[in-house]
Amino acid sequence: MSVKTLYDKLFDSHVVREENGTALLYIDRHLVHEVTSPQAFEGLKLAGRKLWRINSVLAVPDHNVPTTNRSTGVAGIADPISRLQVQTLDANCSEFGVTEFKMDDVRQGIVHVIGPEQGATLPGMTVVCGDSHTSTHGAFGALAHGIGTSEVEHVMATQCLVQKRSKSMLVKVDGQLGHGVTAKDVALAIIGKIGTAGGTGYAIEFAGSAIRGLSMEGRMTLCNMAIEAGARAGMVAVDDTTINYVKGRPFSPKAEQWDAAVAYWRTLHSDEGAQFDATVALKAEDIQPQVTWGTSPEMVVGVDGKVPSLDMAKNDVQRADWERAYAYMGLKANTPIEQIQIDKVFIGSCTNSRIEDLRAAASVAKGKKVAGNVKLALVVPGSGLVKEQAEQEGLDKIFKEAGFEWREPGCSMCLAMNADRLEPGERCASTSNRNFEGRQGQGGRTHLVSPEMAAAAAVAGHFVDVRQLV
Amino acid sequence: MKPFTLLNGLVAPLDRANVDTDAIIPKQFLKSIKRSGFGPNAFDEWRYLDHGEPGMDNSRRAKNPDFVLNQARYQGASILLTRENFGCGSSREHAPWALEDYGFRAIIAPSYADIFFNNCFKNGLLPIVLADDIVNQLFKSVEGNVGYQLTVDLEKQTVSTPDGQSYGFEVDAVRKHNLLNGLDDIGLTLQHVEAIKTFEVKHKSTQPWLFN
Repeated sequence: MSVKTLYDKLFDSHVVREENGTALLYIDRHLVHEVTSPQAFEGLKLAGRKLWRINSVLAVPDHNVPTTNRSTGVAGIADPISRLQVQTLDANCSEFGVTEFKMDDVRQGIVHVIGPEQGATLPGMTVVCGDSHTSTHGAFGALAHGIGTSEVEHVMATQCLVQKRSKSMLVKVDGQLGHGVTAKDVALAIIGKIGTAGGTGYAIEFAGSAIRGLSMEGRMTLCNMAIEAGARAGMVAVDDTTINYVKGRPFSPKAEQWDAAVAYWRTLHSDEGAQFDATVALKAEDIQPQVTWGTSPEMVVGVDGKVPSLDMAKNDVQRADWERAYAYMGLKANTPIEQIQIDKVFIGSCTNSRIEDLRAAASVAKGKKVAGNVKLALVVPGSGLVKEQAEQEGLDKIFKEAGFEWREPGCSMCLAMNADRLEPGERCASTSNRNFEGRQGQGGRTHLVSPEMAAAAAVAGHFVDVRQLV
Repeated sequence: MKPFTLLNGLVAPLDRANVDTDAIIPKQFLKSIKRSGFGPNAFDEWRYLDHGEPGMDNSRRAKNPDFVLNQARYQGASILLTRENFGCGSSREHAPWALEDYGFRAIIAPSYADIFFNNCFKNGLLPIVLADDIVNQLFKSVEGNVGYQLTVDLEKQTVSTPDGQSYGFEVDAVRKHNLLNGLDDIGLTLQHVEAIKTFEVKHKSTQPWLFN
């Protein structure tokens, strides 16, 4: 038998047919949200087509939902255009018979949080969603990536995607992560090293002892950010951590199927000697808590660093990019990161809103107060179940006592499609995934950090090395 | 989908690397449940001086005179010349919808983000990859010559300049065929219904838990 990478195994086991390097790939799980699906459902209706396999689809509204009071349901969405989009998802799911966790369902949350939480994401699956952060699900040893709306419609109608094989990249992180250094810092350090286009055309497998040591939440954070390195898919091989997480969840294999499933999942790793098209290695001990300074996730430095100067740029195109980033971010070259004052804090998003993220942020915030210059510090749990769990553990009280707002689940200020946003010029310590111009609100300035670092910035009023606080 | 065969068009230069899909079409316009009408909001935050929201009369909004696409000489452009990693970020197909609705039919850049690149082909928009030095040369030509046009021939896979220079580009054979003929992917895939059904039966017998 030939030696295969994890990516090859996942791809090969889903090929319906392949011709001239283009495959028809069978899709096991299709996650759907309100923003990228209405045109796909409409396309199906216009062509008189049905869903190929209804129970492969799981839908949830997340981008447009308000994070404040939910008691009035969909009717409570103030923005009529947002409201119509959520109502359209409800109507489409009801018409096509799709399972949907509606706004008033405790299981509602960010699509990339609820999939794994429900066991709807399983090892060995192909998972797609009309959302680039679908790479998150690769944490389970699944082949998962974002697709456009035309492909959403294509998967709905045919259960398949037309795909070419990606190249394979191994990102190996060996060693022991330092105290206060998280999966988010690993992700940002990798992007800092290879750039936001470094993974373009590749599927990345994250491996090495530091990755093996991460929890499922940490692996999801890491795979979530694979797309910020340009890779549509990121993945981690299956091990006990994966299997223990999956066990007993609502959509997980039933008792009589469990042993067979586990036996198969145990094969989901790259074989010894498998060849990758590219390999990148990082030492865990070298990774510091990271803070982005610019308008692309690759514009990132350690918390003890400074905004880089133009003479460090690799070419004219990058120099021009950095000059625009200084102007947009209102920063000068050589400014120490720890001197950057913030106006708002956002703890949430499909990158960092799971229970472990909230526990970590709470452990920093406990017994402290949000600094006077911080106008708003938001904590937005990834799902209703995460919120419930956090409240059972008393995390909501810790946050509220420290001066954070404790909100309802959704995408919220990661992309500001709902009412949670930055005003022009406001600077935010954010646990989300993109610091693009205008991402969190027009003119808003985003600095990407881990939950611990966001909580530390909230109480200090500026970026600070969380390792000095805990 | 509109077929793409031969395009002779005005070129507009957007001299920035890493132009992301949030810049191409900001999130507030993603609330639409339609596929059309995104053109007036393409590059909204760079293109207008005020903050844009859905439902505004865009013809009455003040345009940013510093944004290159607002210059009179680039009105009516159908080819966008830009830099590396164009279309990075979100998977929103609203980005190619907006570019196509604006009037672009082809993009020329040294590289693209994967999902965006893929989405273009579903919408009759041709993303062409040319080497850095050629892109540099084209930027000089566009900026130095008002009314500069290029000819894109998808059949021959060439980009030709007015002075007779011709650059070849690569394009996947299946994508080329579909684009030349304006073919709908779903229709093509459904020619393989039996193969999908056969696969599904086998897949279900080996991993039944996937079908719970």
